Amino acid sequence: METQQIAQLDKRLLDFINEWKGKKGKEIMILHKVQEIYGFLLRALAMEVSRLIDLPLAKIYGIITFYHIFKLKKPGKYQISVCMGTACYLKGGNDIISELENILGIGVNCVTEDGKFSVEVVRCVGCCGLAPVMIIHGKTYGNLKKGDLPKILGEYGESVLLDKENHV
Amino acid sequence: MDNQYIFVWEPDPSKSKAVYNYLVKKVNDRNLGDKVEVFKSTYIGLTSSRPIIRILPNDTIYKDFEQEDLGEIFEAISSGRKVNRFLCEFESKIAPVPEKDSHSKQFKIVLRNVGYLDPENIDEYIRRGGYKAMEKAIFQMKPEEIIKEVKESGLRGRGGAGFSTGLKWELTREEPGEEKYVICNADEGDPGAYMDRSVLEGDPHSVIEGMIIGGFAVGCKEGFIYIRAEYPLAIERLEKALASAREYGLLGKNILGSDFNFDIELRWGAGAFVCGEETALMASIEGRRGNPTPRPPFPSQSGLWKKPTFINNVETWANIAPIIEKGSSWFSSIGVGKSKGTKVFAVTGKVKNPGLIEVPMGTTLREIIYDISGGILGDKKFKAVQTGGPGGGVIPEKFLDMSVDYETLQSIGSMMGSGGLIVMDEDDCMVDVNKFYLQFSVDESCGKCSPCRIGGKQLLDTISKITAGNGDMKDVQKIRNISMAMQKASLCALGQTTPNPVLSALQYFENEYIEHITHKKCLTGKCRDLVQYSIIPEKCIGCGVCAMKCPVKCISGEKKKPHLIDGNKCVKCGECFASCKFSAIKRS
Ligand SMILES: Cc1cc2nc3c(=O)[nH]c(=O)nc-3n(C[C@H](O)[C@H](O)[C@H](O)COP(=O)(O)O)c2cc1C
Ligand code: SF4
Ligand code: SF4
Ligand code: SF4
Ligand code: FES
Repeated sequence: METQQIAQLDKRLLDFINEWKGKKGKEIMILHKVQEIYGFLLRALAMEVSRLIDLPLAKIYGIITFYHIFKLKKPGKYQISVCMGTACYLKGGNDIISELENILGIGVNCVTEDGKFSVEVVRCVGCCGLAPVMIIHGKTYGNLKKGDLPKILGEYGESVLLDKENHV
Repeated sequence: MDNQYIFVWEPDPSKSKAVYNYLVKKVNDRNLGDKVEVFKSTYIGLTSSRPIIRILPNDTIYKDFEQEDLGEIFEAISSGRKVNRFLCEFESKIAPVPEKDSHSKQFKIVLRNVGYLDPENIDEYIRRGGYKAMEKAIFQMKPEEIIKEVKESGLRGRGGAGFSTGLKWELTREEPGEEKYVICNADEGDPGAYMDRSVLEGDPHSVIEGMIIGGFAVGCKEGFIYIRAEYPLAIERLEKALASAREYGLLGKNILGSDFNFDIELRWGAGAFVCGEETALMASIEGRRGNPTPRPPFPSQSGLWKKPTFINNVETWANIAPIIEKGSSWFSSIGVGKSKGTKVFAVTGKVKNPGLIEVPMGTTLREIIYDISGGILGDKKFKAVQTGGPGGGVIPEKFLDMSVDYETLQSIGSMMGSGGLIVMDEDDCMVDVNKFYLQFSVDESCGKCSPCRIGGKQLLDTISKITAGNGDMKDVQKIRNISMAMQKASLCALGQTTPNPVLSALQYFENEYIEHITHKKCLTGKCRDLVQYSIIPEKCIGCGVCAMKCPVKCISGEKKKPHLIDGNKCVKCGECFASCKFSAIKRS
């Protein structure tokens, strides 16, 4: 997977790189674009970007490994981001994570076997008034209770609903 | 008479410039070129299908005139009179004047427009008086005057450190060189705070207007907004706002017809808290790892791409236009001591009405927590409030009546920080909260210097040991020693402030630490290793609710008979404790 060749770079990415090539402070913006389009930063992509913007691969990896947002592993189809900012922590963010562990059988930064879900922890998504909060695939769920989780996950596929039987 | 500046706006300037041409010709014919200047304006603040003339410095606006009336209008302008029948007073009436709202104890300057306008529509911002301050700054003030005004207003940075904004601008202006940068710090990393997000999403133009004024005053051509990638809506709104500002000639070349060229672009963060620190932030914009660098050199001397640079926080920027519009003495009349103006707080945690508030500096914590935010959730007992985020401290009940301002907060071991205000009640354990903040700081340490990298980890390990029931009274001294080393030797403020929450908890809640260390008890039940759950047989009626709720199914018993918890399997989640309606479960 990691060494897979990229036959043809996505045109949106090429256009973006062309637009940004001459701009100041382009590096992180371009990596964001790669991740937006491909979901994560495959090695072959990093190499390609390195060549196109003439930045050593080591520098690119330096950036990718420093910033939490950039992913080297393929995330689940639906990414679950559980907030562990202060407000969410005080209101039980921990419980949400352990309940997700129960239901999905995976811990933080892991992907379910079927590739459907991955769980990650984020630090405050700016909805502290709704704590505890999680985001699935861009949709925000606030004032969460553990008991809400099976139903919410159910929105993303019925297999979870079956699992639910074992956990209520 | 002062010099007169005439701005002419014509509905379709490409087709007809009749009004502009007429006035320019008049000025030339009369040889008034050094007294009266005429500009083509792409924007005047009104929407109309007919030409509009605006004259500064008096801010006289004429509309609904015919070409034939121009002669009369010109005579009036050149002799300092007015032609009443074409006067338009629309704008000055509708511009909002921020006022103290005595009913709610709030005072909205930064949040003046948030919620009152469509943030995606620049016309609405303009209708509420927007971009007026910028126009005043560019055409009626010299850069030095702007800086003087900002300095005298007493405005201090709202991003944490509280440095004088005007002084920062002045230092950057005084540096030699043509190429200088202005930056808006929209990284908002403090977990549990969202003041900046609300401003960016609710009123992006207020930040942009502030930056244009700052860019003009300091002499920059380019500005950047460094924004958290976790705020997609704020990014979208900012992009739209920048595009419409460009379209209206408020950004770009020859802003409003002046010779000032300036533009702003966004650069995204990538989820590293340390990048809120200014040297790390600049490294990140430059496309490098966000490691802080020692100061000096200060950004004002050598910043972005080694050019003089100044950075202000979102909230700081949103204060600029009102200061320019209403003057420094208006601003400095608000607040207390050396803390002028207002502060926005995100009040969260255990309050009834969590939310965003803006209060004059000097408001008390009690007013914020009880009068504005409705008091403690479920009428529980207040324990502490944390300000300043992971680098701040906890404030106990005895200080609730102290004024919230930079100096006072610092004197009691916390800090203003960016505006997170997290309220904790009797169910929150101070040691556990300390562990949470330490975990955060350790995760976010960039690892460049050892006092922070190693010290932070040691602090966390020591506290984890205490919460696991293996603490020793010697650990308290150890915590103090490590903290001192981190404060003294860390390279950036992240490492220097990491120990603050622990130190303030040791100062005000030492008993809780002792409870954990010597009695191996956590009265709130938050430190799971220190609690036991058991069922009191006399009270249990055997309803089975707890057994159903227990996630690990370690409660058993026959119906209507006292139940029993298997202590070996119990994960101490507290579910049973919370669900038993007969108070039959004991936490000890
Ligand atoms: C670890 C760390 C994180 C910071 N995060 C932020 C932030 O998210 N937003 C912000 O405006 N300032 C942040 N600051 C403060 C900035 O370094 C800087 O002081 C501020 O942006 C200056 O603007 P101001 O004078 O308007 O406050 C942070 C500082 C440190 C040390
Ligand atoms: S104090 Fe911490 S965050 Fe700051 S430079 Fe040192 S290691 Fe990095
Ligand atoms: S919920 Fe309370 S009363 Fe009911 S079985 Fe459990 S301990 Fe007994
Ligand atoms: S504390 Fe949690 S795990 Fe332990 S008995 Fe109660 S419900 Fe079960
Ligand atoms: S702490 Fe979770 S949204 Fe802010």
